[in-house]
Amino acid sequence: MSSFVHGGLYGAVIVTVLMTVTAFSLWFERKLAARMQTRLGPTMVGPSGLLQPIADVLKLLQKEDIIPAKADSALFNLAPPVAVVCAIAVAAAVPFSPTVVAADLDVGVVYVLALGALTVLPVFTAGWASNNKLALLGGMRAVAQSISYGVPLLLAAMVPVILAGSLRIGTIVRVQSEHHWFVVWPFFLGLPAAVIFLLAMLAESNRIPFDIPEAESELVAGVTTEYTGMKFALFYMAEYVHTLVASAVAAALFLGGWDGGPLGPGLHWMVAKTLLLFAAVYWIRWSLLRFRSDQLMRLCWRTLVPASVVLVGATGAWVVFVG
Amino acid sequence: MRTVQVSRRVDPHLPIDRYDPEAELMLLHFGPQHPSTHGVFRMDLTLDGEIIVKAVPHVGFLHRAVEKLCESLAYVQITPIVDKNDYVAPMTNEQALNMVFEKALNLEVPRRARWMRTLFAELQRIASHLLWLGTFALDLGGALGGGSTVFIHCFRERELILDLFEEVSGARFHYNTHTIGGNRHDLPAGWSAKVHAAMDIIDRRIGEYERMTLENRIFLARTRGVGVLDAELALELGVTGPILRACGVDHDLRRDAPFHAYDEVAVKVVTGTGGDCLARAQVRLGEVRESVRLVREMVDNVPAGPINSGKPIKVPVQTKIPPGQVYVAIETPRGELGSYLISDGSHLPYRLKLRPPSLHALSALPYILPGATVSDAVAILGSLDPIMGEVDR
Repeated sequence: MSSFVHGGLYGAVIVTVLMTVTAFSLWFERKLAARMQTRLGPTMVGPSGLLQPIADVLKLLQKEDIIPAKADSALFNLAPPVAVVCAIAVAAAVPFSPTVVAADLDVGVVYVLALGALTVLPVFTAGWASNNKLALLGGMRAVAQSISYGVPLLLAAMVPVILAGSLRIGTIVRVQSEHHWFVVWPFFLGLPAAVIFLLAMLAESNRIPFDIPEAESELVAGVTTEYTGMKFALFYMAEYVHTLVASAVAAALFLGGWDGGPLGPGLHWMVAKTLLLFAAVYWIRWSLLRFRSDQLMRLCWRTLVPASVVLVGATGAWVVFVG
Repeated sequence: MRTVQVSRRVDPHLPIDRYDPEAELMLLHFGPQHPSTHGVFRMDLTLDGEIIVKAVPHVGFLHRAVEKLCESLAYVQITPIVDKNDYVAPMTNEQALNMVFEKALNLEVPRRARWMRTLFAELQRIASHLLWLGTFALDLGGALGGGSTVFIHCFRERELILDLFEEVSGARFHYNTHTIGGNRHDLPAGWSAKVHAAMDIIDRRIGEYERMTLENRIFLARTRGVGVLDAELALELGVTGPILRACGVDHDLRRDAPFHAYDEVAVKVVTGTGGDCLARAQVRLGEVRESVRLVREMVDNVPAGPINSGKPIKVPVQTKIPPGQVYVAIETPRGELGSYLISDGSHLPYRLKLRPPSLHALSALPYILPGATVSDAVAILGSLDPIMGEVDR
């Protein structure tokens, strides 16, 4: 009972904080992008444009909610909330500090990857239900991409699991704080696994250079072409929450989570690492061009999958013979 | 330039059922309200999955009847109208138009005016190619990603040239600085120093853009071998400019049929190999470098003298052109821009036909799109650098 209350309480706190951080990560991204593009970014709403996300949400709330006449309206309406729920639910199993965790599951890694992979379902539903050719093309691309990149994502996540000997994310972080972060030692296993995990994560959250499901220069807006107002905003939010949570998972699996080395553990370390990865994702997004879908598949199946298979094998050998 | 036998090519406009009766095809209306159609261009793409099996381009959404309008305007009134045709390179539009009037009137343009026109044309080429690079990156990388970063940086440098033009003519886009027999506005004092400063900045940053695009693996993957246009087909379709030079055809009116002051300076023509999107990008960036070199060489040597022949034009609106037909073609940033005038001796043109290079570039689309994917279609269309204002007129 007490663990139920504990989980519910922290779950509520984490969801609230997550949504707030997501809103302000929008501001952060726009400012970062503006700096990279010799612009100023938002400046008008609040100090340094800090209240811009609130203004954006207010604007989107006032927009007309359009459901295309020939769309499958039940699926069309269902897709956006499911997308957000899938993205937020991942956060439940992520330990932000030794105590701040909603539910440190025994099979945390499996749960996180499974729910992360589920995010493609609402995306494809939206593409199908919109009854729009561009949205359907976007949905098709999303499925192909998500299924392909799920493989290296899972294999890369297996590296810290094997090293720590546990599927519980809390235990993986504890092992790292007792020994070394996995990107530090064994770096020849941890570092490439972290890079593959980040790339596959970018692909799963539809970020450039992997954002082909909503490639706006090709497919107008991909799966979100027919969505207006808050429904569109929900997809947008799901994408940002997914990126944010995936950054947190990567920080826990490879960068030692809440561990601060000689400076002691704490929630702030986890937040700092998550935001660092988050910023790196944006940096990549605003610097690179976009791959073509077949080139994306080639990168996955010819490079990332073989590399991650080798990594998992090498990690097993390392654990058996050395560590 | 080599001559080419007109061959019978496979008609790209085959009915759908001639391709593959087994495939489930999808018809996708690409544009006119599409972010990557460079204005209002529409293609009917027939898709097998994501592969294009047939492409039918449709133009005319921006038709403003400019040629008909010109028939009711006095000769000096037409210049500001054609500014709006190729709105990315208005200077060369004005030049092509006024040159046809000058040729019909048998007017000698003063040497200073010809040098100024050459300078303006080269500056305009830099501005036009910079805008092309930006929009091409936008097509490849999206408005919410790395593409827009390239786009905005290219615009920053284009601003420098617009500032220079503004100082001469007072306008940033629609200059109206050329007139029959010469130019309206003389170069302001201290202009050449500003040109040098702008060229220094552009010369430095064009290297950054080359590293950002031509040396970027994603850019190479998206452009190499995509949208290959062979030289023979290009010549047959009347494709000119950087697209033709990217096919390896060494053809540039600036050198082959010198106009303005191009007979007094040596233009190095940039050609590419392969005829794909990458070659087009390389040719255009090479041309920016060449234009920077030309501008630097010319800007200090503009000869002194009058900027307008002045003479027979006492009341400009009453200028009459003797009856006859005249054709003039010049090399704009996009290729050969021709103006064809038929005069009946009155103060209004009887017929004014413009030959825009972009229209001919678009006519290659049905041949080079089949076999490419939807993503490639965006890259190919962008690499042709179409300006719908001059395509539809």
